[in-house]
Amino acid sequence: MSSTDSLQKLTIAMPKGRIFEESLVFLKQAGVVVEDDLKDSRKLIIPVPDFQLEFILAKPADVPTYVEYGVADVGVVGKDVLLEEERDVYELLDLQIGRCRMMVAGLEEYQPSANPRVATKYPGIASKYFRLKGQQVEVIKLNGSVELAPLIGLAERIVDIVSTGQTLKENGLVELEHICDITTRLIANRSSYRMKSEAVESIAQKFLQVIPAVEIL
Amino acid sequence: MVKPYVFEKPLGMRDILPELLRKQRFLESVLRSCINKWGYEEIATPSLEYFDTVGAASVTVTDHMFKLLDKQGHTVILRPELTAPIARVVSSLYKDVPYPIRLFYQANVFRAQEKEAGRNAEFFQTGVELIGDASVDADAEAIALAISCLHEAGVPTFKIAVGHIDIVMGLLEECVREEEVRSQFCRFLHQSDYVGYRQLVMEYTDDADVIDKLLAILRLRGGRGKIDEARQLITNPKSQNAIDTVASLWGALEAYGVTEHVLLDFNLIGRFDYYTGIVFEGYAADLGSPLLSGGRYDNLLERFGRPAAATGFALEMDRLMTIPTSYHEVRTEQIVILYKAEYREEALQLAQQKRKEQQVVVTGPWTDETEKAFASLDNSKLIRLGET
Repeated sequence: MSSTDSLQKLTIAMPKGRIFEESLVFLKQAGVVVEDDLKDSRKLIIPVPDFQLEFILAKPADVPTYVEYGVADVGVVGKDVLLEEERDVYELLDLQIGRCRMMVAGLEEYQPSANPRVATKYPGIASKYFRLKGQQVEVIKLNGSVELAPLIGLAERIVDIVSTGQTLKENGLVELEHICDITTRLIANRSSYRMKSEAVESIAQKFLQVIPAVEIL
Repeated sequence: MVKPYVFEKPLGMRDILPELLRKQRFLESVLRSCINKWGYEEIATPSLEYFDTVGAASVTVTDHMFKLLDKQGHTVILRPELTAPIARVVSSLYKDVPYPIRLFYQANVFRAQEKEAGRNAEFFQTGVELIGDASVDADAEAIALAISCLHEAGVPTFKIAVGHIDIVMGLLEECVREEEVRSQFCRFLHQSDYVGYRQLVMEYTDDADVIDKLLAILRLRGGRGKIDEARQLITNPKSQNAIDTVASLWGALEAYGVTEHVLLDFNLIGRFDYYTGIVFEGYAADLGSPLLSGGRYDNLLERFGRPAAATGFALEMDRLMTIPTSYHEVRTEQIVILYKAEYREEALQLAQQKRKEQQVVVTGPWTDETEKAFASLDNSKLIRLGET
């Protein structure tokens, strides 16, 4: 492969699951056709030679890692992951999908305690948020079912992403504080953003054509 | 703490084995002879510096410095970069040497340990500083020299992105009155968070004209044509001055014949508010991080008491090493002289003779083990003295 060819080809890191499917719908609307049977595929690398693209399917939290190290040129990932991982990447576009909000939640009868504890999948975000609010809290990292923590007395409050609020409600929890809104973002590697600026620009434009809400570039 | 295993090294520290070091030294010598040709002289500064002087003046954020206490209780740092130490030298030992001063270095620098691959706590830089020349010609020289270095090192495909701090700063001063909000805009640009930047623009104002200008800065990337585009869009005097400087720089780079490698990028403002004018970063194909970065830092020297304009860049040797360059390894042939005890004098004299003839010679007693060990090396010619 000549070096000019390799400057055209773009590797895109995508989180497995819903975001990937929604992104594919976007790309399809923008004229980039990817085979349909991907949903059931277990392949982790999916080449789309017609459009000089290649998808890498990754855990959401790993997408910014791949992009920062440059093994992927661009990536699609939630703002929650970007805030937590604090990777050195360019944040190019708000894709307006995967909309949810980062919240502090707890039981309705929550009262501040002397040694407050917060359970979360996002220890970085939680620590930073409470520090900025001038509160000292102990953060407990959990990997899932964070809503359990207040119910069984592990922590009084949790920090997590909430989309419909259904899970919270079913577990008798309420939203206490709103930290920030979260959507899915298009990110780029520092070097690719400049070395492959045309290819990166072109994929950004494709997304931009089909992003539902209006965003001015 | 868990007791370390014998093979372990402190976090972020590496051994450089001969195979790799050979390549590093080769590249360093190529860069040295390239930089020498531009009239730069090599300088070495100490590994340890005071935190209060060099540390405070350094571009490296305090969190990333490797700090220690010396016997007197002063906080000292392992040098995080060479620019501040060189500014210290130029303002003290070299204070009577007239400007402009051209210096370069090839040195190891240190950053606080980070638990991740590719984030070494000690790494190698080759860099240049051109001190005491405020002209745009000096900026052009730094960029052209950087390009020359990458050429000579055999980097196949690379680009130098060039920007000017004041284009963004002038624009923000023009459009945003509140200093607080301006620094928020800056922070988004420093963090390369263009989504956050855009959201802030939309929150900040309804004025379509202002929105247009603030967003335009994100699009102003490309070739020569972007200079005129920027001139049309951004009309405040500070930005206009900066755009004129870039235009003049482009002219100089054309004169060097290197513009094919240059990409204008008007939202490039460096990582921190350290640079004061033209800034640039070098990227290579298939390398995730910038290969070199540099720019004008006219405020640093005055911190050491000898105000001067200055520019320069640092090239990351570790990153350069990972690029498949046109470097071909040439391993020198070596002669191995194995001898029985009674032939020792003859063998050692032969060895001395051959070394005078610039040959590499290894000597040692001739046993079954040494015979086997050297016979397996493909770059060795064996000479055996004695009877089996």
